[in-house]
Amino acid sequence: MATTTRKRCGRTGVSDDPQHVPRARDGRAPDVFRHGGWVPMRCYGENDEVDFAIVGTGAGGGTLACRLAEAGFSVVALDAGPYWRPLEDFASDEHEQTKLYWTDERIVDGENPLQLGSNNSGKSVGGSTVHFAMVSLRFRPEWFKARSKLGYGADWPLDWREMWDYYTEVEQALKISGPVRYPWGPKRPRYPYRPHELNAAALVLAQGAEAMGIDWTPTPLATVSAPRGLSPPCVYRGFCTLGCSTNAKQSVLITWLPRALAAGAEIRDLAMVGRVEVNEAGLATGVHYHREGAWHFQRARNVVVAGYAIETPRLLLNSATARYPDGLANSSGLVGKNLMAQSNQAVWGLMEDEIRAYKGPPSLSMTEHWNYQDRGKDFFGGYCYMSQGPLPALWATTQAGAHGLWGDALMRDMEKYNHQVGLKIVGEMLPQKRNRVTLADEKDQYGLPIARVTYSWCDNDKRLIEHSLRFMTQALEAVDARDIWRQEDDTCHLNGTARMGDDPRTSVVNADCRSWDISNLWICDGSVFPTVGGVNPSLTIQAIACRTADRIRALAARGEL
Amino acid sequence: MSNRYPGYDVLAKRHTPSWNEQTRRVIDKRLAISGEPRFFTAQEYALVGAICARIVPQPSDRAPIPVAALLDEKLVLNALDGYRDARLPPLREAWRRGLRALDEAAREAHGVGFTRLDAAEQDALLKRAEEGKLEGPAWEGMPSKLFFEKRLLRDIVLAYYAHPTSWSEIGWGGPASPRGYVRMGFNRRDPWEAAEAHGDDDAKALRENRRVG
Repeated sequence: MATTTRKRCGRTGVSDDPQHVPRARDGRAPDVFRHGGWVPMRCYGENDEVDFAIVGTGAGGGTLACRLAEAGFSVVALDAGPYWRPLEDFASDEHEQTKLYWTDERIVDGENPLQLGSNNSGKSVGGSTVHFAMVSLRFRPEWFKARSKLGYGADWPLDWREMWDYYTEVEQALKISGPVRYPWGPKRPRYPYRPHELNAAALVLAQGAEAMGIDWTPTPLATVSAPRGLSPPCVYRGFCTLGCSTNAKQSVLITWLPRALAAGAEIRDLAMVGRVEVNEAGLATGVHYHREGAWHFQRARNVVVAGYAIETPRLLLNSATARYPDGLANSSGLVGKNLMAQSNQAVWGLMEDEIRAYKGPPSLSMTEHWNYQDRGKDFFGGYCYMSQGPLPALWATTQAGAHGLWGDALMRDMEKYNHQVGLKIVGEMLPQKRNRVTLADEKDQYGLPIARVTYSWCDNDKRLIEHSLRFMTQALEAVDARDIWRQEDDTCHLNGTARMGDDPRTSVVNADCRSWDISNLWICDGSVFPTVGGVNPSLTIQAIACRTADRIRALAARGEL
Repeated sequence: MSNRYPGYDVLAKRHTPSWNEQTRRVIDKRLAISGEPRFFTAQEYALVGAICARIVPQPSDRAPIPVAALLDEKLVLNALDGYRDARLPPLREAWRRGLRALDEAAREAHGVGFTRLDAAEQDALLKRAEEGKLEGPAWEGMPSKLFFEKRLLRDIVLAYYAHPTSWSEIGWGGPASPRGYVRMGFNRRDPWEAAEAHGDDDAKALRENRRVG
C-alpha cells in the first residue's frame, strides 16, 4: 500500500462552473448532498506512485474506486466529466440536461449505425448512472455460460452463484426498491426497499401481460421508495434519465463515490485521460491526462481502464507504443471488437384513458418472460420489456425520427401525448467481430483520434427484434390501445470491446478483469462482457467491480498483484 | 388546431414548488433567445424560417416559438449530438451545405428559391429530401435523406420542443422539481397538471388550467 503524504492537488479557487473549472481539488470535493457543500478529500501528488489510477468513475470505475479505497489501497480516479451537485446543478429541463451526456464527436457507420450521445453515453463523475433509468436487474444464471448451456455467444469465466452474492451486495448498497417476490430465476433475497407505486403506463403493461398470460413485476429500481440517509424518497417528477435533482436516485455519484472519498480515494473531475504509459518492461506506469488546459502525468502501480465500451477501447488503442503497436492489452486482436448494443425497439399506441406517462420513473413495470422462456423462440438470447415515459423532446424526436412524422401530422400526434403508452425492450444482441470501435482520422479537442463505431445487426438480432415487436403489439392490442406503431431502429446500452475469458487468445482480460498482456493493467466496466443478456447492464457492471476489488485484495495478500 | 388544454400555461407554475431556481435560470435564458441570427446568414435564416414553418407549423392565435432562433443558438454553440453518421459532414457544415442544396433544388424545379414556393411546393421538396431523391453537386456527396432525418428534422423538432409554449400545447406538466407528482394512476391529475378538455367541458378545463399555479 502506498504511504503518501497529504498534498495540495490544485489551485485554490471557488468553482461555480463545474463544466469548465474542476471542483475536486485542494483537499476537498463537492458534497453531493448540500448546496455549495464540500467534503474533505485526500490528495495525491503526481509523483506519488498510487496503488491504482482508475480511468472513469461510472458503474465500473466508481464502484471499484470505492471498494479498493475501503480495502486500504491508495486510489486516484479520473473522470473527463464534471463533478455535479445534483441539488443545485440539475434543472428540470431536457435540453439543459444534455450536459450529462458524452457529446464529443464520434463517427458511426455499418449497416445499422448506432445513435449515441444520450441514453448510452455519460460524461459526468458517476458516469452514465447519473442519467440511467435505474433499472437494476440480475442476469439470468445461464447467460454466464451462454455458449455451453444455451448454444450461442461465449461463456463468461464467472460462476453465477458467486455473482448472485455480488448482486446482493450491490442491491443492498443502492437500497434497490423492488417487489417482495420476483417472478423469474433462482431465489434471491428480498429487495431492501418496497416497490414504487405504479403509474398508468406501468399498469397498462401489467394488464397487457396478464392478458397474454405471462408474469410481470414492478421494476427493481435504484431510486429509493423511502428515506435513506440524505436521500428523500422519489417524488415521481419523471426526469430520471436527465439527472435526479432530489438525490432519490442511487447513482454512483451519490452512493459509491462518497464512500470512496471517505475511505481516502481522490477523484479528479474534468480530467481526460489520453494515454496509458507503458515502460520498457511492458508494464503500465501511470496515465497522461488533460486538466485545466495542460497535460499531466499520474504515476501508478496499477492502471484500471473503466471508460465504458467506446472510450475504453479508444484509450487502449490510442496508447499504442512500439512494443504494443496495435494498442495495449491487444495481443488477441480483440480490443474494440465484439461491441454489443442492446436492442431497444418499442411498440407505441394510444389509450382512451389519460395516461400521463411523464410521471414517475420511466419504467415502473416490466417483464422478463422472454428472458427465461426459451420455448417458442426462433432466436438465441432474450429480452425484457418495460413501460415507458418519454418527456416531450424525446417523444417528439421519436415521432419524427422513428415514426416519420413532420408538419401537421406531427403536431396532431404530439397533442395526444398524455394518452400515449409504449412498451420497449432491452434485448440481447449477439457478439460479432465486425461490430467494433476503431480510431478515426479526426481528432477531438484534446488532439486525440476520435472513435469510429461500426455496427450491423445479424440475422439473430433481427429475429429477436421481430419476435418482440410482434409480442408487444399483441400486448397493446389486448388492452385496446389503438393507432399502434412500431419503433424499429433504436438501440441502447453498449458492452463488449474488451471481453473477459479463460483464454488469452480469445479474450482481453481474465475473470478478475486483469489484462492478459500487461499484468498491472485492468479493465473494469461493461467492456468486459462476453455477452450482454437481455437486461440493463449496470447492476452486473457494479457486481463485477465488487468482485474485482475482492480479487485484487486476495491477490495482493498473496503477493500476486 | 383544436385546443385540448385551454388556458394551460406551464409558465404559470414558474413560482410554484414545481420550479426551482436552476430551472428558472435555464428557461429564462431560453425565453430570451430571439431576433437576429449569429450563425446563419440573413439569407440562410429566411430559408430556415420557411423550413421550420413546414416542419413544425404553428397556430396564428399565439406568439410563435422562435424555432429558427433556437436552432441558430444551437449552431452558435456548436452543440453536438455525440455521434455523426460517417456519410454526414460535421453539424455546421451539414446545415450550410444542406440549405444551399435545398435552395438549389427549389431553383432547379421551380426557377425560384425555396422561400418563394408555396406551402405545398415546399412540402413536396422536403418530401423528396426525406426520400433521398434530391441529388446533385450542391449536396457534395451528402445523402439528402440523411440530412433530412438526422439534421433538419431532428434539430428543428428539438428546438420546438425545448420551448415552454410547446409544453403547454401538449398538456405536459413541465418542470417538476421539487414538487413532483402524487396522482399516478389512470385518469388521475394533480391540481398542478393540465386539465384536458373533452368538447363538453371546455369551461371547466379552462377554469382548472387557470389554477395550475
